[in-house]
Amino acid sequence: MLEAIHAWMDSVAGGDPFIAGVLTVAWTLVKILSVLLPLVICVAFYTLAERKVIGFMQVRIGPNRVGPFGLLQPFADVVKLLMKEIIVPSGANKGLFIIAPLLTLAPAFAAWAVVPFDAGVALADVNAGLLYILAMTSLTVYGVIVGGWASNSKYGFLGALRSAAQIVSYEIAMGFAIVCVLLVSHSMNFGEIVNAQQGGFFSWNWLPLLPMLVVYFVSGLAETNRAPFDLPEGESEIVAGYFVEYAGAPFALYFLAEYADMILVSLLTAVLFFGGWLSPFPESWGLLGASSFVWLLVKTAFFMFAFLWVRATFPRFRYDQVMRLGWKVFIPLTIVWVVVTAALVKGGVI
Amino acid sequence: MAEIRNYTMNFGPQHPAAHGVLRLVLELDGEVIERADPHIGLLHRGTEKLAESKPFNQSIGYMDRLDYVSMMCNEHAYVMAIEKLLGLEVPLRAQYIRTMFDEVTRILNHLMWIGAHGLDIGAMTVFLYAFREREDLMDCYEAVSGARMHAAYYRPGGVYRDLPAQMAQYKASKWHSAKDVAKLNENRQGSLLDFLWDFTERFPGRVDEYETLLTDNRIWKQRTVGIGVVSPERALQLGFSGPMIRGSGFAWDLRKTQPYEVYDRMDFDIPIGKNGDCYDRYLVRVEEMRQSNRIIRQCIEWLRKNSGPVIADNRKVTPPSREAMKEDMEALIHHFKLFSEGYCVPEGEAYAAVEHPKGEFGIYLLSDGANKPYRVKIRAPGFAHLAALEEMSKGYMLADVVAVIGTQDIVFGEIDR
Repeated sequence: MLEAIHAWMDSVAGGDPFIAGVLTVAWTLVKILSVLLPLVICVAFYTLAERKVIGFMQVRIGPNRVGPFGLLQPFADVVKLLMKEIIVPSGANKGLFIIAPLLTLAPAFAAWAVVPFDAGVALADVNAGLLYILAMTSLTVYGVIVGGWASNSKYGFLGALRSAAQIVSYEIAMGFAIVCVLLVSHSMNFGEIVNAQQGGFFSWNWLPLLPMLVVYFVSGLAETNRAPFDLPEGESEIVAGYFVEYAGAPFALYFLAEYADMILVSLLTAVLFFGGWLSPFPESWGLLGASSFVWLLVKTAFFMFAFLWVRATFPRFRYDQVMRLGWKVFIPLTIVWVVVTAALVKGGVI
Repeated sequence: MAEIRNYTMNFGPQHPAAHGVLRLVLELDGEVIERADPHIGLLHRGTEKLAESKPFNQSIGYMDRLDYVSMMCNEHAYVMAIEKLLGLEVPLRAQYIRTMFDEVTRILNHLMWIGAHGLDIGAMTVFLYAFREREDLMDCYEAVSGARMHAAYYRPGGVYRDLPAQMAQYKASKWHSAKDVAKLNENRQGSLLDFLWDFTERFPGRVDEYETLLTDNRIWKQRTVGIGVVSPERALQLGFSGPMIRGSGFAWDLRKTQPYEVYDRMDFDIPIGKNGDCYDRYLVRVEEMRQSNRIIRQCIEWLRKNSGPVIADNRKVTPPSREAMKEDMEALIHHFKLFSEGYCVPEGEAYAAVEHPKGEFGIYLLSDGANKPYRVKIRAPGFAHLAALEEMSKGYMLADVVAVIGTQDIVFGEIDR
């Protein structure tokens, strides 16, 4: 089908470079939207799922007034947030204040460019996809720092500082965890990483790299500022941290970025450690055994659920404890594990 | 070179962890607390002064609003002070009812505390679990007094009414089907005592549930062990009482040291801590809930077997029955005098203190022989605890201040009065 579209574009352009350029841009936009629209809808329903799941865990009902089972609640929320006034606090740096949420949102969305959805299905099937994602997710911290600083609020400032320290620390551990994965799969391309895990449930990366799976997922929690590492927004200490002064649409953008990141981390956990779209059952099981997008969806959904599960269960860390865990536990552990993995790969054990 | 200054931060009064209206001016070195200066008075309603212009009984309702999470205990100290001045004997059944409701109140307070403390430290779920149980106890309040919170149930000489023989029941509605309602009413078929008994049967299990979420949770321990340490000597000097002093390892409990009502007939233990940190105070309060449960059960057993009057038979202080008023002239006069003028309390002064869920709650009452108190002084435990906030949080981090506020179980109703 892709070839057909390209052929159609060639025939319409008929060699005219201008029309060809316009068509290419239009086609790129269509491709971007085809990833982003489902993503945004996913985020919308993820917020609903969060409230429902946590509500269930906390013996209450959760939203159930807007639409059947509260299914329209996210849309009501979006409308509410967009209709609200954008308040810029006095003394805030107006330009940066408005730009900051975009600085967070843009990389959070851009990271999805290389995310694989099935064998060979990705917006851009680049060789160094893993590196690209690492780079993009690290960029989100700038929006947080700029937003916290530009709001001219002490709470916001403290939140920004905490966030900077935390994201930078956990980036390292997360990076090393990913290095282990690419050592094992000999590639930075997602398709090849998944293909290297072929052969059923026990040949997926989670088994040989179990400690790294834990490190990766916990770092993912810290990277996305989720409980129990949500101290950049530490509800009970610095109220909402870096976005304390935000309201309406800019707040919604931060929110969107955070949830898009959560979904991304869940999906990457599934791809890197749980065989992506591969089925856990042998191929002889027919439809159940066939690898498909649905398997990726199921695995991602599980980790998305885990995010909420953790949030409903654990208290919040203190700032220095988070730093200690990052620098004194995760980083040494991951460094050692990288060496061990490299030796094992070299020795041909894995 | 630029001058280096500490970071001064205004914590509250509008802050999720301010437990109402605490305004805390913090001086931070990075995230480390250099100085914590609590500012109070944002919830001042002049309760003490108001009481001077009202007949004694009319201030009972104000007492509820002091520490608004442990209502009946506040009333208790106040009516005890009046009884002391009047030399009034309280019927035994009323004493048992008061003891039982003091303990119900203690559980109410500690449930609120465990929820808020958990929320301060980031554990959301405990809060909602605790409120599930609070709901049942609130229903008990409602059953005896008609109000879920500000009960005004205790009266000088006893309690307002005897315990109801029938619990209020839910009715089917648009939102609750008959089946749901039948389930909700399952434990409401009998009297209040049956309902409360049923609660005490399941409550220890519920406390276990909170404990599985917190007690051995590594994060919870990291956040509370060694935070806000107070030595027993220091706790005495600071005027601590209640769980705060028991957490420091000092077994001081008015229910044991100067028993009032029927606490001397009750079999219960006083849990004490060892290290005087937030974790020990947490453990102390959790154990207190279990002990309160024990006391409630003992009271229920006695109350089921023994009936009798629940308010003193002294027509100068307590109202006559409605039936008597229909035929007895004197009863009618008593009723009129009591509800218009009130009663006069002999000249003198009295201090009555109860073991309130938060510590020693005392009322110092000065009477000049009129129908109003000449002066009421409230000894609120939270006031002494809050005064120690700086000492408890100095040198710790910003997030620990929140834990310390939580562990002090501060309620501004009683501090600001």
